[in-house]
Amino acid sequence: MKHIKTLNTQTLNNTVKKGGCGECQTSCQSACKTSCTVGNQTCEQKK
Amino acid sequence: MIHLYQNNGYNIVLDVNSGAVHVVDEIAYDVIGFLERENPLHTVESLRTEETKSRLLEAFADKYTQEDVSEVLAAVLELTVAGRLFTRDVYEGFIDEVKRRKTVVKALCLHIAHDCNLACKYCFAEEGEYHGRRALMSFEVGKKALDFLIANSGSRRNLEVDFFGGEPLMNWQVVKDLVAYGREQEKLHDKHFRFTLTTNGVLLNEEVQEFVNKEMDNVVLSLDGRKEVNDRMRPFRNGKGSYDLIVPKFQRLAESRGQQKYYIRGTFTRQNLDFSKDVMHFVDLGFEQISIEPVVGEDSDPYAIRECDLPDIFREYDILAKTMVERERAGKGFTFFHFMIDLEGGPCVSKRLSGCGSGTEYLAVTPWGDLYPCHQFVGQEEFLMGNVDDGITKPEIADEFRSCSVYSKEKCQNCFARFYCSGGCMANSYKFHRTIHDTYDVSCEMERKRVECAIMIQAALVDERI
Repeated sequence: MKHIKTLNTQTLNNTVKKGGCGECQTSCQSACKTSCTVGNQTCEQKK
Repeated sequence: MIHLYQNNGYNIVLDVNSGAVHVVDEIAYDVIGFLERENPLHTVESLRTEETKSRLLEAFADKYTQEDVSEVLAAVLELTVAGRLFTRDVYEGFIDEVKRRKTVVKALCLHIAHDCNLACKYCFAEEGEYHGRRALMSFEVGKKALDFLIANSGSRRNLEVDFFGGEPLMNWQVVKDLVAYGREQEKLHDKHFRFTLTTNGVLLNEEVQEFVNKEMDNVVLSLDGRKEVNDRMRPFRNGKGSYDLIVPKFQRLAESRGQQKYYIRGTFTRQNLDFSKDVMHFVDLGFEQISIEPVVGEDSDPYAIRECDLPDIFREYDILAKTMVERERAGKGFTFFHFMIDLEGGPCVSKRLSGCGSGTEYLAVTPWGDLYPCHQFVGQEEFLMGNVDDGITKPEIADEFRSCSVYSKEKCQNCFARFYCSGGCMANSYKFHRTIHDTYDVSCEMERKRVECAIMIQAALVDERI
């Protein structure tokens, strides 16, 4: 598209059915401990 | 819901509910902004009407050609049809299903030592004691904690255990013994332990380093940045600064791990609001995995972040984000934990809705075996959930945490960042509002800024501007 460039092909709703396996890391175990940083994690299935 | 913002010369459009990120030119930025303000609930049908088109053409008659505006409208329509613009929040109905799912315990924060050899001024653990007494976890208690984790982890294979404190190296033999016990048990139960260690580095030596590199999946190294910044907040109990002792040890450890699987983690306060300099100090010291977080303090604490500090903090995040783009392009990139964002392979909706997992999937264990929803609740008796001998004795506390989501928090309803922070830290909410179903507003402001910067970095690195 001339005026718009979309950065990602995946959308959140695509993960509704497939997600939820729970194998991903608990967010506070990485480096935060005082905030909540769910969005910066990576899906374990896509590693 | 659509969030539009400009950062570092990029016009960015985030379609909140799909997570789609668009980098757009000025015309598209104006047109999408107009459409969103006019009707945030635009649909394919409403975008197709002649009325919408004529309102747009009229609004921009003096600024853009009809051809350009029509082109953008056609592109917007195409993206809306594809579910990448003007999408609805369809997950609220899904939240009940997520919350009804039987959760398993998959991570423990083991408070190996409620004692510390530093006296950091902002420590939420009050020099390691957590509103209580000094204590070291015994091997027996730690062993029961690992048994509890295995027994309550269902079919979950990867189990996480963080050796935390106080300062865990003050109880090093127990750490080593527990790792050995975990390695033995994981074979018997078809599990895999991912051990992590959070340390201030005072007692770090060759032997510790070797063991850590062999057994720890991740190491969190606490240091605040420049010498004067670090030593002001992280002195020894006699007042002497800790920087000179610790920095060479951390440098050696980071190198010995190939600059992977660790974080050098600092805390910034209102006494070093120019914290981008501390991040760059870490870079100059050779560190490549960096995290610097805002302090959480009482309003009365002189170091606590206040609302009036936010413009300075935003400026620092902008400086940092811009610097990271420049360095990455020059082949000298580094990781900043709070700017990590995976637009393609990020967490699923289920994870984004259920949040950090405290009180359900993640629990903290005190030196004497009590269970709390997370390390930050330790010592607050109303959150004592059980112990390693009897398991969870107050399931109602877990239920309360399970019920907490972006949909139980009013302030999240209109926030574009809700699927990135998942409603924020429940401990911070409780600290400031005495309920886990609220948010710590200053923290929300910073989170929104970080999400904006993180997305800008992706935009900058994927391609040059449109």
